[in-house]
Amino acid sequence: MSAPHSIPSREITPEPLYRTRRAFMRTAVLAGSVFATGFTYRRLNTPRATRGLPPRLQNLAAARTTAPTPFDPAIAAAFHTDEPKTPYDDITHYNNFYEFSTDKDGVAPAAENFVARPWTLAVGGLARKPTTFDLDDLLKISPPEERIYRMRCVEGWSMVIPWNGFSLSRLLDRVEPLSSARYVAFQTLFDPKRMPNQRSHVLAWPYVEGLHMDEAMHPLTLLATGIYGRELPPADGAPVRLVVPWKYGFKGIKSIVKIDLVADQPPTTWNIYSPEEYGFYSNVNPAVNHPRWSQATEQRIGELRRRPTQPFNGYAAQVASLYAGMDLKMYY
Amino acid sequence: MKDPRFPKLVLFTNALVPLALLLWDAYRHQLGTNPIEFVLRTTGMLALIFLLLSLTITPLRKLTGRNYLSHFRRMLGLFAFFYGLLHLSTYFIFDRSLSLPGVFRDTFARPFILLGMTALLLMVPLALTSTNAMIKRLGAARWKRLHTLVYPSAIAAVIHYYLLVKADTRQPIAFAAVLLLLLAYRAFAPRFRRAPTPVAGAQTP
Repeated sequence: MSAPHSIPSREITPEPLYRTRRAFMRTAVLAGSVFATGFTYRRLNTPRATRGLPPRLQNLAAARTTAPTPFDPAIAAAFHTDEPKTPYDDITHYNNFYEFSTDKDGVAPAAENFVARPWTLAVGGLARKPTTFDLDDLLKISPPEERIYRMRCVEGWSMVIPWNGFSLSRLLDRVEPLSSARYVAFQTLFDPKRMPNQRSHVLAWPYVEGLHMDEAMHPLTLLATGIYGRELPPADGAPVRLVVPWKYGFKGIKSIVKIDLVADQPPTTWNIYSPEEYGFYSNVNPAVNHPRWSQATEQRIGELRRRPTQPFNGYAAQVASLYAGMDLKMYY
Repeated sequence: MKDPRFPKLVLFTNALVPLALLLWDAYRHQLGTNPIEFVLRTTGMLALIFLLLSLTITPLRKLTGRNYLSHFRRMLGLFAFFYGLLHLSTYFIFDRSLSLPGVFRDTFARPFILLGMTALLLMVPLALTSTNAMIKRLGAARWKRLHTLVYPSAIAAVIHYYLLVKADTRQPIAFAAVLLLLLAYRAFAPRFRRAPTPVAGAQTP
């Protein structure tokens, strides 16, 4: 550094300019850091982008004009709840589908390129006529009825979803179960190329689920192929999934490739993961808590306050008889 | 560092950016499908992040000899408490519908809630004694002893997070690993001490 007297005085920065520059630098640092922080926050919390809608289901008109399924009117009364339906965007962008992501907001973006055609569903096991259906055969079994069901997640939130589909019993009748068939086992696609998070080991793949035969044959149990009159989007389990409205949502296995009629109680993925926390039955029950959190209340998506949870998710009148005499604390 | 006021202003402003964005998103109805869950999760994460950041000051200071880092520790700790209070308020107002009996029931029935309450409660005496006046009143030794409560608070917070996650425990475990590192440093610190640069007006443990 040169001696002070060798610097010409014209090169000394005038004080006002020095202070202005300091203010400028400070403003720049402040603004720059705020932008960086904001940008980082946004990267971790991006608001959702809505993409195009899936195609409308074929044959919807036929479903409306055809006589309703010849079930007991007391049961059919539960086919359409009057409660406000959850908006389509929420149903299709807030999902637990670990095959794509463990982040509920991350499933839809991760699944958007999933192609659900061609698809086959192999139905067999203890059946007289085991059959492999392709998607079109499946859709021909019955016009897609509208079923507006409540859906309660084990985590403590719930939705009201207008599914399209038909009772699982219609499918099972086609393959003619043997009398030795006491349970129905379901299996999801296993293909890490198409379901990238299957490369992780958060759960044992493929995802499996099961129902007791009388639960599977119950009219409320739905094989769903659409939502709001459109084909199921990938995030919701395209092209075909199960809906069992009186049980926690994880029993509603998605993207089903295999259904087997079996004699013994089949394994179920969440029960494998944590047997004390997730049982085979997993009926919605405010009196039986998850070991770590309470099941007494739920957050209905769209509402501000939590609401009390109903036994069997409000379907007690239709399904409680299936469990008559069972200790629901033991058979959780 | 001659004058920490500008750096502290930068920290203060940035620490409020997440809150500003949260409020903006709330106003634009952009909090996602489950807004309460989003706010709970975000305020909880921020509280934990600030808590861990406040715990990095001492190791950084001792490893680099830059004593001026102490200027930021109080602010980081208070922001942890602030976001913790927002987290608790959201829970109390929306999850428990302003029911105090509801809160008590939950706290003593759910271990993860008890742990969360504990973590926040332990921060209260720390927040109350964070002022310069209080530091003088307590004296360095007593103040230092009181503020070791930050360790059980951080441990409780991390376990709280771990217990509430359904299956993907990667994030809670990552936080636990960071905390473990920060605590391990303190356990083995004497070996790494470097001669510190003198700083006026900074609190030192």
